[in-house]
Amino acid sequence: MSDPQDWTPATADPGLRRPSREQVVAGLKATVEGGPDLVQLLTPEGERVADPRFDAWAADVDVDALQGLYRDMVLVRRFDREANALQRQGQLGIWVPLLGQEAAQIGAGRAMKPQDMAFPSYREHGVAWCRGIDPTELLGIFRGTDHGSWDPIARRFHLYTIVIGNQCLNATGYAMGQKFESKVGDGPDAEATICFFGDGATSQGDVHEGFVWAAVYDAPVVFYCQNNQWAISEPLERQTRVPLYRRAQGYGFPGIRVDGNDVLACLAVTRWALEECRTGNGPVLIEAFTYRMDAHTTSDDPTRYRLADELELWKLKDPIERVRVNLVREHGVGQEFFDGVAAEADELAARFRQFCIDMPTPGPERMFSEVYAEASPPLEAQEEAYLAYLAGFAAE
Amino acid sequence: MRREFALPDVGEGLTEAEIVTWNVAPGDQVQVNQILCEIETAKAAVELPSPWAGTVGELLVQPGQTVAVGSPIIVIETAEAEPAAAPAPPPAPAAAEERGPKIGEAGQDGRIATLVGYGPRPGSVTRRPRKRPAAPPPPAPEPRPAPAAAPATDGRATVPLAKPPVRKLAKDLGVDLRTVTPSGPDGVITRADVEAAAGAGSAAPAVSSGGERRVPIRGVRRATAAAVTQSAFTAPHVTEFLSVDVTATMQLRDRLRADRAYRDVKLTPLAFVAKAVCLAVERTPELNARWDEDAGEIVYHDHVQLGIAAATPRGLIVPKIRDADTLSLRELAIVLAELTETARAGKTPPSDLVGGTFTITNVGVFGVDTGTPILNPGEAGILAVGAIKPMPWVVDGELAVRTVCQLALSFDHRLVDGEQGSRFLADVGALLSDPGLALTW
Repeated sequence: MSDPQDWTPATADPGLRRPSREQVVAGLKATVEGGPDLVQLLTPEGERVADPRFDAWAADVDVDALQGLYRDMVLVRRFDREANALQRQGQLGIWVPLLGQEAAQIGAGRAMKPQDMAFPSYREHGVAWCRGIDPTELLGIFRGTDHGSWDPIARRFHLYTIVIGNQCLNATGYAMGQKFESKVGDGPDAEATICFFGDGATSQGDVHEGFVWAAVYDAPVVFYCQNNQWAISEPLERQTRVPLYRRAQGYGFPGIRVDGNDVLACLAVTRWALEECRTGNGPVLIEAFTYRMDAHTTSDDPTRYRLADELELWKLKDPIERVRVNLVREHGVGQEFFDGVAAEADELAARFRQFCIDMPTPGPERMFSEVYAEASPPLEAQEEAYLAYLAGFAAE
Repeated sequence: MRREFALPDVGEGLTEAEIVTWNVAPGDQVQVNQILCEIETAKAAVELPSPWAGTVGELLVQPGQTVAVGSPIIVIETAEAEPAAAPAPPPAPAAAEERGPKIGEAGQDGRIATLVGYGPRPGSVTRRPRKRPAAPPPPAPEPRPAPAAAPATDGRATVPLAKPPVRKLAKDLGVDLRTVTPSGPDGVITRADVEAAAGAGSAAPAVSSGGERRVPIRGVRRATAAAVTQSAFTAPHVTEFLSVDVTATMQLRDRLRADRAYRDVKLTPLAFVAKAVCLAVERTPELNARWDEDAGEIVYHDHVQLGIAAATPRGLIVPKIRDADTLSLRELAIVLAELTETARAGKTPPSDLVGGTFTITNVGVFGVDTGTPILNPGEAGILAVGAIKPMPWVVDGELAVRTVCQLALSFDHRLVDGEQGSRFLADVGALLSDPGLALTW
């Protein structure tokens, strides 16, 4: 019989004692700094720090590109705040705020190539923005008038998935298809898939199954977990006893933790991971270590279950502010640029608001029109019967 | 243009919310998304941003008020002109307009459309009627409802037709709907019909409902029930009793009544009890404290907010004497008289009913000797004062007739032990049997 200790991987320092349960839980608190494995290229103070593994993946990001990332994040945050207000004014049934996760989403979204495919959950407004989906196209779902307004195939961005973790199965299956159809390789047209989910989803069977299948089929899928520390009211310590990125080790593929509030690091790490997948070295798990600054949805009140000191701590790590500081200090970008972006954001918000208020309610035919790609006689019969039923009512 | 902002459903299926605070006042200029107010729902406390820029015209809801989703809460005057007779062409397709008013705007019937107003509003029927077939209906297996002229004695019309508010009115007025002649269309009994039938007085036979009377539970009765039930099942009550010879206090009262300073003061025994309680609390502060379960703390109050249980036409209410421990006997007597008068007149403001720290209930006025009072929620003690009457009493080994009163003290055993409770009750008793003791404290 062998000693059970032989089955556990050796730590870097054999003299280190295994941490106690309390120490493990303490390491999973939202107030920890992310640990020594955290990949970071921009500190919260806006200082560019070197990283021998990932500098090359961000080497082409010049001042123009950095300004572009800044603009992305400001615009996304602006329409996110506007949507939150619209919900409070009775114009949206619900809104899922992304406040605080702009860098994690813009970094990943801008790392994708046009041919890559993305499977979002329901909070990926920033990724949608990077895929060229106009923010107004997100409104139908949250106003309850539509199930999704864009063509997932044309935009290479799947519809929002509300069921937690379910998209991991879809993404894994899609990536397996990419592999079977020989879309993986060294050529410029090679494809990969990226799947977005949260820390809470990691407790779902769907995510586990996705990991297993992706691993054994070497599927070209990047599992991009935005660990925003809270699954509605459940803290991370209710999901796991190891940092999430280390779970990948158990499935047999690489896992990496990146500062989710550092857009440059998210961009570099996701570029690397997608390239790994495109060239046949997938899958990869990325844990973007970030924080949900607002409520889970507009129906939630986080003050009931979490302490304000966490929020204050994470305010200091704001993803937009560190880019702004870097642009000013290291690139001498002037105030007129920031004013211009702010003005553009206000224009976007005004257009977004007006679109929402004027949004037509689609007719009942819309429920049937996108169910199948081709006409289906049973569905046509259902549509006909339903329209006849509705026509049977007197006018109000 | 005058626009009304209706309370939205901020949390997927809520039906109502309480306005906590207003951040704006009539006359204020507001911007789009400027915070108007904070509301509290069953799910969350949230801030409502303004949907328009303009001037606040009117606040339609007071803080503390709970309103249904879809109710207008604020009027904002925007810079836009009132819509002309022909409304400006909407940017949305006309088809959308036909499906009803836009979210947040009043429709033709004056109701304000909400996106997810699940909550049914009283008196509103949202189901649209089925279209009547253009052709004459096929012979129905069942006869159609009686037409307007049908007599109420029609054997088939066993259920009189009336809208729910009219049914309630009939019930309140004791009118049997089966005896009312309908005047509304399709044989529907109207409000006027019911009122006419009630006015006919004895013409309508009195409805006997089997020797019982049913009264809706509401208002003070409901609040009292909730408070005593909560108190009885959260605070473990202990009650102690003490019979006190209050002859000396009554003699003191007679002397004080002759004093010029008390000429216009209604000096009741209750004032002496109130004073004794305030003095005793200083020696036993546990009785003037509160168990805060949420904070895991016992809260000691610096001053006594003395509740006086009063029977009023509306029911039991407990107005408070603020900082009773800072008042002299004369001041206590004056405040007590005012408090009682206001309560009997039903004019006690809600602010006088909250924030008590100790309560006295004067069951003696009903001629009762004693009782086991139930604590006001959030208080540690309550003292019941029984009837003051002559009783046989042993004085110096001999029977004598003395003026005697029974005290009953209930206290919250979570923060008051038998020792403190007993000392407090003994102190109150000692002060009432020998008021001069107060000099020594």
